[in-house]
Amino acid sequence: MTEIPEHLRKRAEAAKAKAEGNKAGEAVPAAAEAAAAPAVAAVAAGGGGGDKIPDYLFDRGRSAAQNAGLAVAAPAGAVATAPADTRPVASGPGGHTQRLLTVVKSGSIQDVRATPQDKVHTWPHLIVAEFVAALLITAFTFIFSVFVNAPLLELANLNRTPNPSKAPWYFLGLQELLTMFHPMVAGVTIPGMGLFVLGMAPYVDKNPSNKPEDRKFTVALLTVFLMFWAVLVCIGSFFRGPGFNFVFPWTRGLFFEL
Amino acid sequence: MAKTAPRRSDQLSDKVSEVTGKVQDSQAWNSIFRPGSIFRKGYTDSPRNRSYVIMNSVLYHLHPVKVKRHAVKVSYTLCLGGLSFFLFILLTVTGIFLMFFYRPTASQAWDDIYSLQTAVAFGLLVRNMHRWGAHLMVLSVFLHMARVFYHGAYKPPREFNWVIGVMLLQFTLLLSFTGYLLPWDQLALWAVTVGTNMMGYTPVFGKQVRFVLLGGFEIGSDTLLRWYVLHVLMLPFVTVIFMAIHFWRVRKDGGISGPL
Repeated sequence: MTEIPEHLRKRAEAAKAKAEGNKAGEAVPAAAEAAAAPAVAAVAAGGGGGDKIPDYLFDRGRSAAQNAGLAVAAPAGAVATAPADTRPVASGPGGHTQRLLTVVKSGSIQDVRATPQDKVHTWPHLIVAEFVAALLITAFTFIFSVFVNAPLLELANLNRTPNPSKAPWYFLGLQELLTMFHPMVAGVTIPGMGLFVLGMAPYVDKNPSNKPEDRKFTVALLTVFLMFWAVLVCIGSFFRGPGFNFVFPWTRGLFFEL
Repeated sequence: MAKTAPRRSDQLSDKVSEVTGKVQDSQAWNSIFRPGSIFRKGYTDSPRNRSYVIMNSVLYHLHPVKVKRHAVKVSYTLCLGGLSFFLFILLTVTGIFLMFFYRPTASQAWDDIYSLQTAVAFGLLVRNMHRWGAHLMVLSVFLHMARVFYHGAYKPPREFNWVIGVMLLQFTLLLSFTGYLLPWDQLALWAVTVGTNMMGYTPVFGKQVRFVLLGGFEIGSDTLLRWYVLHVLMLPFVTVIFMAIHFWRVRKDGGISGPL
């Protein structure tokens, strides 16, 4: 998961080993004390066995109880010779020894990231990929430009209309629509509505999932739209000849300039 | 000769490394190359230096220090957004070169392009690169949009960045279309005639739209100047601003989307 640097991991392991060593060391003096003062030893042993109340607090509570003259049952596991052992008096509501004042959820005062994200350094991983992509596209453009020249026809002449006159290839889908609809519909309404709907897509598509299996309809819709558009562009580019009439490029030739 | 040659080359390499060390120790060198630069003395490949490379570079600063592991997979993004941006830079560089040799008037434009191709060193090559690069950019922006749609990457919190992306697609088409007129040949003139005639059918103020675009009722020298300024100054300016917001929003919205 998260990338933990090697030196930090080693340091954490060393600290853990040290802490365990200390705990083992504490057990020995506790056992030595047991011979001298069995009562204290019993308490210490109890403390080690899951009871989380520290010894000094326990002693303090016991002396206070003795002062008050209260006799409270000794905890389980205490040796018979132990003097009257005490627990804090259960004086809270419902017999509890403490009260719950409030609960502060961890997210409200600090941002706890529950799932650490799997991340890598941008340098070198991403920068190298970008650099290679940039080199490849430059090489492709360069080599293509060495062998294929950009078109430069004769000087513009307003009095001589070439047949056919075509828009740039990315507008040929629109020009193709011109053969079917009124210019206002083909040239303004359809592309305008298309771009508007495209821009509104995130506000229309309320499906929160980005998994392909959950959004079959949306994916199908876009695919149909793209295919429709690609077919229109291809027809406009390759299958339209003089008078913008339908021709086959293999019979009448290509009427297409980039 | 054979005996002295290796000793001489040893001396030379000692000298070179000594000079290199001195240069790298100098105040000037260290003021240029900030900590983490691979050109600094004693650069090592450590997590700290990997972070510095990004933090201390104005160009790489577009990126965060770390990105999601799946985000560097080429099979996810196909690099299309990055390539669109890179093609924009390539087009800016080649376009600046072309500007040195081009005057946007009906009487000079075609001749300038012609002499650029025949009389200017690498003129034809650079013009070709500009033209093919422009077509490639339209294509890559379009494919980038399709890729983002198929990954559902426009969903919250990235809705607005998608809208900016759609605007950038339109700016790309406009940049390409305005550049189309500039060679002032038959192809340019009539392609633009077809395009502007279509825009003239805008409801209510179609005539005005066409008049503003053409700088008159007919395509002519005024149109050329107008589209030239749009092509080399206004549209790139607006596009750069939108790109800045686009890239900034990618980071603000939590990096690129996914994994699926």
